[in-house]
Amino acid sequence: MSEHEHSSSRAFYVALGIGLLVLTAVTVKAAFINLGPWNPVVALLIATVKATLVVLFFMHVKGASEKLTGVVVVAGFFFLAILLSLSMADYLTRSWR
Amino acid sequence: MEQQKNTASLGMWLFLVTEIMFFGGLFCAYLIYRLMHFNAFAAGSQSLDIRWGAFNTAVLLVSSLTVVLAVRAAQDGSRKQLVAYLVITILLGLTFLGVKAIEYKEKFEKHHVPGPTFSFTEKFDDNGKQIPVASNEAELFFSLYFAMTGMHALHMIIGCGLFTVLTVLAWKGHYSPGYYTPIENAGLYWHLVDIIWIYLFPLLYLISRHS
Amino acid sequence: MATTVIPAQPTSKPTNYLNDGFTLKSWLLTTDHKRIAMLYLVSVTLFFFLGGFFAMLIRLELLTPQGDLVSADTYNKIFTAHGMIMVFFFLIPVVPAILGNFLVPLMIGAKDLAFPRINLLSWYLYIIAGGIMIHVLLNGGVDTGWTLYSPFSTQFSNTNVIEAGIAIFIVGFSSIFTGLNFIVTVHRMRAPGLTWSRLPLFIWAQYATSLIMILGTPVIAITTVMLAVERLFHLGIFDPKLGGDPLLFQHLFWFYSHPAVYIMILPSMGVISELIACFSHKRIFGYKIVALSSIAIAVIGFLVWAHHMFVAGISLYAAMIFSFITFFVGVPSAIKVFNWTATLYRGAVSFATPMLYAFGFIGLFTIGGLTGLFLASLGIDVHVTDTYFVVSHFHYVMVGGVVMGYLGGMHFWWPKITGRMYPEGWAKLSALFVFVGFNLTFFPQFVLGYVGMPRRYWQYPPEFQVLNVLSTAGASVLAVGYLLPMIYFAWSLRYGPIAGPNPWGAAGLEWQTPSPPPTTNFDETPVVTWEAYNYDEIEPKHDFLEGTGER
Repeated sequence: MSEHEHSSSRAFYVALGIGLLVLTAVTVKAAFINLGPWNPVVALLIATVKATLVVLFFMHVKGASEKLTGVVVVAGFFFLAILLSLSMADYLTRSWR
Repeated sequence: MEQQKNTASLGMWLFLVTEIMFFGGLFCAYLIYRLMHFNAFAAGSQSLDIRWGAFNTAVLLVSSLTVVLAVRAAQDGSRKQLVAYLVITILLGLTFLGVKAIEYKEKFEKHHVPGPTFSFTEKFDDNGKQIPVASNEAELFFSLYFAMTGMHALHMIIGCGLFTVLTVLAWKGHYSPGYYTPIENAGLYWHLVDIIWIYLFPLLYLISRHS
Repeated sequence: MATTVIPAQPTSKPTNYLNDGFTLKSWLLTTDHKRIAMLYLVSVTLFFFLGGFFAMLIRLELLTPQGDLVSADTYNKIFTAHGMIMVFFFLIPVVPAILGNFLVPLMIGAKDLAFPRINLLSWYLYIIAGGIMIHVLLNGGVDTGWTLYSPFSTQFSNTNVIEAGIAIFIVGFSSIFTGLNFIVTVHRMRAPGLTWSRLPLFIWAQYATSLIMILGTPVIAITTVMLAVERLFHLGIFDPKLGGDPLLFQHLFWFYSHPAVYIMILPSMGVISELIACFSHKRIFGYKIVALSSIAIAVIGFLVWAHHMFVAGISLYAAMIFSFITFFVGVPSAIKVFNWTATLYRGAVSFATPMLYAFGFIGLFTIGGLTGLFLASLGIDVHVTDTYFVVSHFHYVMVGGVVMGYLGGMHFWWPKITGRMYPEGWAKLSALFVFVGFNLTFFPQFVLGYVGMPRRYWQYPPEFQVLNVLSTAGASVLAVGYLLPMIYFAWSLRYGPIAGPNPWGAAGLEWQTPSPPPTTNFDETPVVTWEAYNYDEIEPKHDFLEGTGER
């Protein structure tokens, strides 16, 4: 009963691990290329891809027996986004007239 | 049993949400100050050793893999493999902490630790242009650096402690394909600590590396 | 489908959760949610009276325009103590940890919460934090205000800021674990047939509250850590000399502390739903909308925090955004008030004490809520912020709202909790004292704020004295109203009429087990086949003492 959630093979997880290491190398390489204002965006995008892979596959959110797990994860990041974005609403507009 | 497993799992996920919001406050501070004092933050970031940072990122990612493999071993009933993977995970965690200790020592020697001894004379290397930065603003960067990596390291220590306890219990044969919930839930905690580092690395070490 | 009725217990003493073990160990190491609720009842009540003691000192000082009772510095410590104790050690835990802990498993037909040992841990964290707080008070207190604003708290205050921060951190985790427990319990342990749309509205309210506890409390935890770290190690995160922004502290502080007020009010609103339904003998009008409003309050409550910072130095544009959203947060609360009122229409309304508190809640909470809208308007806020207008606003919702709801709930569930009825005459008198005392205390404060008396001031211009004296007089009446229940509730434990399983003729699973309930709550897990508030299937009771035994 408890095994149906973890139907991925060991090889899959190792491949994923290697993929994450590759993405890390990519993010370091990209940091040394001058992309202007896009550097932080690229870095955070890659970080988000890595985090998503960890959440979906290492933490077994994909294929979890209920949608509730996914809802909890999304809710957590959503409210973090609220904290960050509404605070920025203040800081970004302080210099406006 | 299934209901208990699902219950414990949901409980751990909710706890992880609290950890996301807990670190979130620090990320909020970081975000705001980076925008306000970009040059100083970039200079501070450039003074960090990217090799250690990247190495530590790799260490943690591999440790997440070993955690997943440990859970897999518990599922399959392989006690020896379970213990082995747990031990490797702990060793990787300790490696991470060892590297952080080296990095902190280096910061201490360079007088980059905030407080009365702080002194930052490095410049922001902006595509070859050397821009001087305010020492006090750099101190703000390092305040956040130590707060964020320090809090992260504290969570790593707790994780290592947790896994140590589980390793002992696993060695004694407490876990089986029918019951390995603590391994799984400790694993969830470890993955989250890894995810936090996945974001900390680019934010702290990679602010402006191109030149 | 008729509701099952458990016949009255035989007169030989059955085992219930209260007589299931009499040793100290059986109480201090209990994992029974009902006993833990009682542990909280004692400790939270003690902190309530401690906070009330500081309130008394405030009102005594403010009897005269001069600062003559205490020094200015001491006055700062007094209102800080009052605020910290009341917010963190009374208002946040009072309904969830007492009524919530007791009722959530009963209302959903479960034997206990999902994590009984974590529930006990929650109480111990509360006690440890409380001990630290008392130690802070004995060592001279804190003088920053409960809001701990930097840079005063981080750099200049000479009082026990860090220790108070530690107490707040620990009691925060008590709250987080309670919320975590409730969410998992409601998701995983409902009795068969008890779908989400059949849940009592108290459960919906408690669930929404728990969401806020999980999402908001960690932010104040990290904020107190940052505060401590800045004070101890000079890691200047809020220090302007380092390029830091003191306002960042306020953003992080209020990100939790605003939703915190919804942690306080939502459970009381849940109580009110139960009371209005029972004492109108009718289903709550608009059940689904009321349930969703609880969730809406929780979510929208996270979007409005900077309305505490309108004059602090945030940008005008941010102020406009937060003001705009703040108007929306009042809507679901208003919806609830309309629905409660509509429930009364054509109901068989009776006026037992719990219902009196419910009516008090509706009136006073409405006033408090409406004055919140005044404060949400930027122009008005500039005039009345940091005056007694604000103080009165939040006391109307916190005391007129939360405490009234709590008292109504305590009276309502007292027979279930203790197996005894309280004396109705004294209870009604007490409710009258509370209502009159409360309004006399706080209505003058709206006027005081409007005419310009600032908050947290220990002296004021002589022309404000009359209103201050009225307020202090009211506080004395209010105090009597709070002390009387202590006496008659205690009296009832020995001399009150013995209550049966359902003295009020109320709907809900908690009324289908004996009073007090056995340790495992239900002999057999109930199977629910009826909708919530199935009052059309329940005989109304005309005499609430009917069916109770002699002492």
